[in-house]
Amino acid sequence: MDFKDSPEQAEFRAEVQAWLKANAKPKTKDTVRGSQENRYKEAKAWYKKVFDAGYACIAWPKEYGGAGLSQIHKVIWSQEVEKYDEPDGYFVIGQGNCGPAMMHFATEQQKTELLPRMASAEDVWCQLFSEPSAGSDVAGLRTKAQLQGDKWIINGQKIWTSGAQHSDYGVILCRTDPDVSKYRGMTMFFIDMKQPGVDVQPITQMDGGSHFNEVFFNNAEIPDSQRLGDVGGGWGAALLVLMNERLAISGIQPDGFPELLKLVQSLDIDGEPARNNPLVRERLAHWYCQHAGLKASTNRMLTAVAKGGIPGAEAALGKLVGAVMNQDIANYVLQLLGDTGAISDESLAEQHAHFQNTVMFAPGIRLAGGTDEVMRNIIAEQVLGLPQEPRADKGIAFKDIPSGNQG
Amino acid sequence: MNFDFSEDQKFIQEQARNFLSAECTTARVRKTLEGEQDYDQALWAQIVELGWPATAISEDQGGLGLGYLELCVIAEEMGRALAPVPFIASVYLATEAIKLAAGKAQQDAWLPQLAVGEWIGCLASVEQAGAFNPEALKCSVTDGKLTGTKTAVLHGAIADKAIVVATEGGKPGLYLVELSQAAVSRKALKCLDPTQPLAELVFDQADAEKLAGDIDAIAAISKIYDRAAVLLSFEQIGGCDAALNMAKEYTSARYAFGRQVASFQAIKHKLADMFVAKELARSNAYYGAWALSVNADELPLSAATARVSAIDAYYQCSKENIQAHGGMGFTWEFDCHLYYRRAQALSLTLGGSPYWKELLVERLLNANAA
Repeated sequence: MDFKDSPEQAEFRAEVQAWLKANAKPKTKDTVRGSQENRYKEAKAWYKKVFDAGYACIAWPKEYGGAGLSQIHKVIWSQEVEKYDEPDGYFVIGQGNCGPAMMHFATEQQKTELLPRMASAEDVWCQLFSEPSAGSDVAGLRTKAQLQGDKWIINGQKIWTSGAQHSDYGVILCRTDPDVSKYRGMTMFFIDMKQPGVDVQPITQMDGGSHFNEVFFNNAEIPDSQRLGDVGGGWGAALLVLMNERLAISGIQPDGFPELLKLVQSLDIDGEPARNNPLVRERLAHWYCQHAGLKASTNRMLTAVAKGGIPGAEAALGKLVGAVMNQDIANYVLQLLGDTGAISDESLAEQHAHFQNTVMFAPGIRLAGGTDEVMRNIIAEQVLGLPQEPRADKGIAFKDIPSGNQG
Repeated sequence: MNFDFSEDQKFIQEQARNFLSAECTTARVRKTLEGEQDYDQALWAQIVELGWPATAISEDQGGLGLGYLELCVIAEEMGRALAPVPFIASVYLATEAIKLAAGKAQQDAWLPQLAVGEWIGCLASVEQAGAFNPEALKCSVTDGKLTGTKTAVLHGAIADKAIVVATEGGKPGLYLVELSQAAVSRKALKCLDPTQPLAELVFDQADAEKLAGDIDAIAAISKIYDRAAVLLSFEQIGGCDAALNMAKEYTSARYAFGRQVASFQAIKHKLADMFVAKELARSNAYYGAWALSVNADELPLSAATARVSAIDAYYQCSKENIQAHGGMGFTWEFDCHLYYRRAQALSLTLGGSPYWKELLVERLLNANAA
């Protein structure tokens, strides 16, 4: 057991450190988030710079735009880049989810043509799974793909699509056969998002922001050559994408603890340092145990992956614990601040209103990528091996299953 | 980075698990629980034979010269099997106290004896409710004679020798005391987990030999506690695993409303939450093990984190295992209470959760001082 780099890893780390020092923006005390449009442009520029230096998609093969190195090299990169103020996780959905799907199912020509452009963020990709009637029950999706000649005609609606407004391509899961049971009637494709039949509409969230979109398909077209996997094999393909998503987001998800610790170090309550308050100390201890546990769990998972293991459903644990903690910590800080806690003016509130913003955004993080209950089901069924709930939709043709809001 | 135990260490763990699952069944644990014996002497003899007490003692002091990582994997199995032997008292506490605070000659004399189980040691620090408090020590030594009372001494009634914390001329020190001498009277105390029994030790002018190492006694105690906290956290996660497995097996095999109890989401989510608590505790224990194995600067903070996390996780797993069993979980016949009792015992020895949370926060804030 050790946290040391091998000589070769240490050399790589030193090389990365030197490059970042010369090319990345240092973290400053007063970093204020710019507008969404600006952040997108900054991210595009950053990814291009990283790609040109050969550090994009480190664990991908070189012929597809990666660096041809291992997952551990990727981790070393993440650990180092985290020390800088750069949007290195901005296109994680494309590279983390769509990338592996393409790698696994696309033709050689599609891979050599499209993956390097994804790695450099010249092309932006999104993932189109969720629908208004298919959230936790994502296999209940209805967006139709019908074969006409060598083209599939797409009609329906996707929702909660991050980055759809910027996307050139999307990996989409469609219903290709409503007459068979629901898990058997789906097929995966990649679709050109910049075509007339695709209409992207931003969703205004409860916090006023709009990170997600609705995407409407009205006779949009996908050539059969852009099918990923077999007709009817979409569910298996989707599971592969979701498994990679867990690896991609592990260790990236914020749990709110560093911000809490920073606040407690400086805040006074009624003239007394918050750090001396026994109630505050009790909460600090509780959340630090979870924070340290998540960090160490990520290191255990990465060690397993480095030894050739597959990212396990265990990663659901990090999502479940981190997301709840993030919300609860933000709420707790507001309670500590009392009356002034409700002031969300970024020029007045602590840490540019980080806690106020988090209280309003955190409910969405708990839902994105699966609700708390879905995470618990994943742990119970896939890790502990407990039986599934009996399902009311088993053995019924998809078209005969009631779904969505019926009232 | 390699944040896992090695193949050799996993092999040691597997051997320990195989041995204990065959030899230390819960039926056998119950003999100690139900008062047939103070501890399982036959099992202890086998454990000594296997060399486990010698694991983290150096070869030139009669040990196996392995390390703390090897001791951690054995600890996990001891916890899983609820072994009713003085392993915590003699190995994690007395042996580590001697390694830390005894002089060279004392170590050379005593460690080889501990390695082969020639005597059983224990640690006597606590005198009243609340965790060990060096400010309020009443036990004192004058001219090599110890007077005073220690309570809640783990395996104090059967140990041969105790490491006792006492003051001499107002200054705290650690002393080795032979417990068979007439000036020591001891009383086994009725306690929640008779498989980890507690005793009261009364010293009346008892012969006491000062540990002569070059370390402040209070600093030594703090280090002993930190090391033991990591080792205990492995016993605790072993117990968590066993309790969660019990809950899983029972709810999978039992049917209600025409289906497996484990197929209800209410039960699945209960078990998922047990798993989450257990895995966070396991990861924190691993980090503590790493810090212990290389004596890292991170040891004090990571030991406190491992301890708080393991206390919470074992409480959760053992109490919810009872609930998952329904009424049968509340019977003497079912083993659920064995884990619940052990969770209580392990969480309280060396100070409970509030004590360790306070240590954790103190260390966290110091490590991150602005």
